Amino acid sequence: MRFWIPAMVVVLVAAGVALSPVNEYFFYASYIVLTFVVLATAWNILGGYAGYVNFGTAAFFGIGSYTATVLFKWLGAPLVVQIAAAAAVSGLLGFGVGMLTLRLRGIFFAIATVAVIFIMETLMINWRYVGGATGLQLLRPEVMAPFESYTRMLFVVMAAMAVGAVALARWVQVSWIGRGLRALRDSEEAAECAGVPTLKLKLFACTLSGALMGAAGAPMPMYLSFIEPVSSFNLTWSVNALAASMIGGTIHWLGPVIGAVILGTLQQVVTVTISSEVNVLVVGVLLVLFVVAAPEGVLGLLQRWIRFFK
Amino acid sequence: MEQSRRKVLKAGAALAVTAGLPVRAARAQQNVVKIGMSMPQTGSLGAGGQAALVALRLWVDDVNAKGGLLNRKVEFIAYDDQTNPANVPGIYTKLLDVDKVDLIIAPYGTVPTAPLMPMAKQRNLLVMGNFSFQVNAKVKHDMWFNNAPWNDASSWSDGFFANGKRVGAKSVAFLAADQEFAQNLANGARALAKKDGLKTVYDQNYPPTTTDFSSLIRAIRASKPDMVFVMSYPNDSVAIVRAVNEIGVGSGVKMFGGGMVGLQFTPNMVNLGSLLNGIVNYNSYVPGMKYPGIEDFLARYSKRAVEAKVDPLGFYLPPFNYAIGQMLEQAIRAVNSFEHGKIAQYLHGNEMKTVVGPIKYGKDGEWANPRVVQAQFRGIKDKDMDQWRRPGKQVVLFPEQYKTGDLVQPFEKARG
Amino acid sequence: MFFSWDLLFEALMFGVLLGCFYAAVSIGLSVSFGLLDVPHVAHPAVMVLGSYCTYLLASYGWDPLVAGTVLMAPFFVLGMLIYRFYYETFEKRGTEAGVRGLAFFFGVAFIIEVGLIMVFGVDQRTVNAPYIGDSLRLGDYRIPHRMIVAFGVALVLTFTLSAYLSKTFTGRAIKAVAQDEPALRLMGANPVRIKQWAFGIATAASALAGAMLIIVGPVEPAIDRLYIGRTFAIVVLAGLGSMTGTLAAGLILGIAESIVLMFFGASWAPAVAFGILLLVLGVRPQGLFGR
Repeated sequence: MRFWIPAMVVVLVAAGVALSPVNEYFFYASYIVLTFVVLATAWNILGGYAGYVNFGTAAFFGIGSYTATVLFKWLGAPLVVQIAAAAAVSGLLGFGVGMLTLRLRGIFFAIATVAVIFIMETLMINWRYVGGATGLQLLRPEVMAPFESYTRMLFVVMAAMAVGAVALARWVQVSWIGRGLRALRDSEEAAECAGVPTLKLKLFACTLSGALMGAAGAPMPMYLSFIEPVSSFNLTWSVNALAASMIGGTIHWLGPVIGAVILGTLQQVVTVTISSEVNVLVVGVLLVLFVVAAPEGVLGLLQRWIRFFK
Repeated sequence: MEQSRRKVLKAGAALAVTAGLPVRAARAQQNVVKIGMSMPQTGSLGAGGQAALVALRLWVDDVNAKGGLLNRKVEFIAYDDQTNPANVPGIYTKLLDVDKVDLIIAPYGTVPTAPLMPMAKQRNLLVMGNFSFQVNAKVKHDMWFNNAPWNDASSWSDGFFANGKRVGAKSVAFLAADQEFAQNLANGARALAKKDGLKTVYDQNYPPTTTDFSSLIRAIRASKPDMVFVMSYPNDSVAIVRAVNEIGVGSGVKMFGGGMVGLQFTPNMVNLGSLLNGIVNYNSYVPGMKYPGIEDFLARYSKRAVEAKVDPLGFYLPPFNYAIGQMLEQAIRAVNSFEHGKIAQYLHGNEMKTVVGPIKYGKDGEWANPRVVQAQFRGIKDKDMDQWRRPGKQVVLFPEQYKTGDLVQPFEKARG
Repeated sequence: MFFSWDLLFEALMFGVLLGCFYAAVSIGLSVSFGLLDVPHVAHPAVMVLGSYCTYLLASYGWDPLVAGTVLMAPFFVLGMLIYRFYYETFEKRGTEAGVRGLAFFFGVAFIIEVGLIMVFGVDQRTVNAPYIGDSLRLGDYRIPHRMIVAFGVALVLTFTLSAYLSKTFTGRAIKAVAQDEPALRLMGANPVRIKQWAFGIATAASALAGAMLIIVGPVEPAIDRLYIGRTFAIVVLAGLGSMTGTLAAGLILGIAESIVLMFFGASWAPAVAFGILLLVLGVRPQGLFGR
């Protein structure tokens, strides 16, 4: 209850704002921030709880986008169906990637996930149905009342998805799954000796993480009315998900949310005032800063300050 | 409790920050009319885009010197999309919702313009196109007006294939970039080749990021085509020309070129120099063609371009970009309004006078009467900018009304 | 697709040249990651930095190869500084910090890439030299000079480094520190200074690799992303720590890419490196010549 009431409040506030006369650009920018919240939360399930640093966010995100595109182009499927299908396909991909790579340690796992991104991108480039390297122009369906514009509706959808993702992450964290993941993060061998089913837990985390990232990718083609492989599989999605979690703090579900909001908002402000490539500089600098000076993230800093002032 | 409070506080903070963003937006619009666009100023199309911008800014100054449009000064806003289509939706959303522009012009080039079309149709906007090819074919927006002298694939490839047939070519090789422009053109050209009875001996798409064409040129050479029809963007066009110089395309090839964007940009023309000899390529204007007022325009443009340290010749894009401005001016003055629908109606129903001649539109928003030129590079010397001003360096082979010479073939001989 | 023995032979030849070039590009990573276990994902980015520095010097009239060689000195110092920082911040504090070291290098790679975009823009850059643009004619075959130059430099670099590691005292100390650090400490050598020196050498090699990169073709700031796959595929396929293995792995990758390019089209070529990487990691993670 302590969680669900504020969670519902967030969704209601989002819906309320979407129906109010706030400037259209706010929704355009906030959609991206909310996407980061979902991606960072999803990343943290495998990266923070289990300690498997995953660079492959862009692969799952991109496949989610393309799954949604295929469903839209082939069946004219509504958004909800697109999201569900994208989650299923990306979850499956997560499971497959997990089977292939979770036996590798540290940097090998990370590089393997980068390989998955490029292989997925190459597959999409060679598939003419989704436009290949050229890309596809997509016409949105008419927006349902009461929303004034499609972007506003996507904003509410993404807000709901963010709450859902956080709820799932919180559930994983407090359940026996989370305990098992923490155990294997601290020492995989010790956990196995203690009887923790490490492979099953890792696969579960990988699948859930992938599914959420795919779901986050599903509304993107509608958001842009356009899809093409280079931006869908851009490594920048990976670095943002990773950075947001590390900046916010990886041990608790609140960390990725804080990190994503800070990072995303900062990037959107920079885009409007300076230019969009300084965004990547912002991510890189913040990531390096936090990883070097504040490894526990904002949550860790807050904890230290609270203890200091007590 | 602290978690729930934190969550609500966070949501509120995020809301406040981003809602307070568009502070510059809501300003009194009475005395100013804003025209906005994204223009590729860096990346593959960058050199062309920079030249085009000089021409557009020249038009804005000309109009403001005459008192502006309907007594409102024109304010011109241009962002750089870096020839990256992924940047375009964000830029135009910013232009429309934050900068609150009244009119938009499309970015130069098919690839950056493709993502704009669904948005334009969904938001019911007038779009002045900028040298894109068939970018409205799928979306079919009825308020789209392209400034380019072509309409469909045959307006482009007719000249190339006609010359080929005249010298007895029977087979063709296609090399096309996997992007909106080249694919649109390739789809059309393939069908035309089949109709003409030409045999396709090679047909490959390459990813737009390809930088090394040695393998592709080798494969083309092995397939022994009579004509090689290349559809590429500036970075690839330059790389292909260099690869042909390195690897060679075979002594049997009669014609090479056709749809290579970027060989019309002055920096590329000067850098490639004699490597261009023999290539037959499309163009929109070469010195010697008589359009009313074009020489005067080029002189004025040249002065501004030299100051801006940009292409001083300005043959390819600048006159046509100035024409965009002229068309907007005529339409707005005629309907006495900035309403997109009214301007579109006027543009559909009338012939406009511009510095590149009269322009009349077909139902699809492309020129009713195409005027694409196919010209062969001849006698080009290295590192000489002024040679390009003299007629005879680009010999026009097609269409008849502008023709200045016949094709020299085979391709390897014309390169000598 | 179109097949002929002639084409296959040309693809093989081109593949050998390309492969040696890839090997030279990966040799720095073989030392920094293969021998020293540093998760140096920023290695391709540093190499691209070297390419742009070469471009700068070339715009003053320097020959790119000369520029690349001269750049090796400042890059050596840069490498030592990077390693020192990495060691103090991460390696000293154990394996938990090792994971963050990975994130650190990821961030550094992005910072370098964006820094280059802000200084040079996204346009492609090339250099000019008398050996760029012409090719050697052997009958019906044409081999571009720039590939031959890259091939030659690659061989020289690989064999010099290999000889250094096996014949000189510091070289053998570097190999020793990779195999058995406590033993080395017992012998009185300082492992941190040795690793620092090795990382410096690896970065210097990257500078020369960067010069070769811009000789072989145009570069733009984002090109490092493609080379992450190639360099790591080669280093992993070779087996960590083997210099000659790097050459062999490079040849395999070069030939594979060349054949795919020739017979399956240019749109499949980028996946070859990453495909090989996944295959090796799945089937034989210790590589061909691994320790």
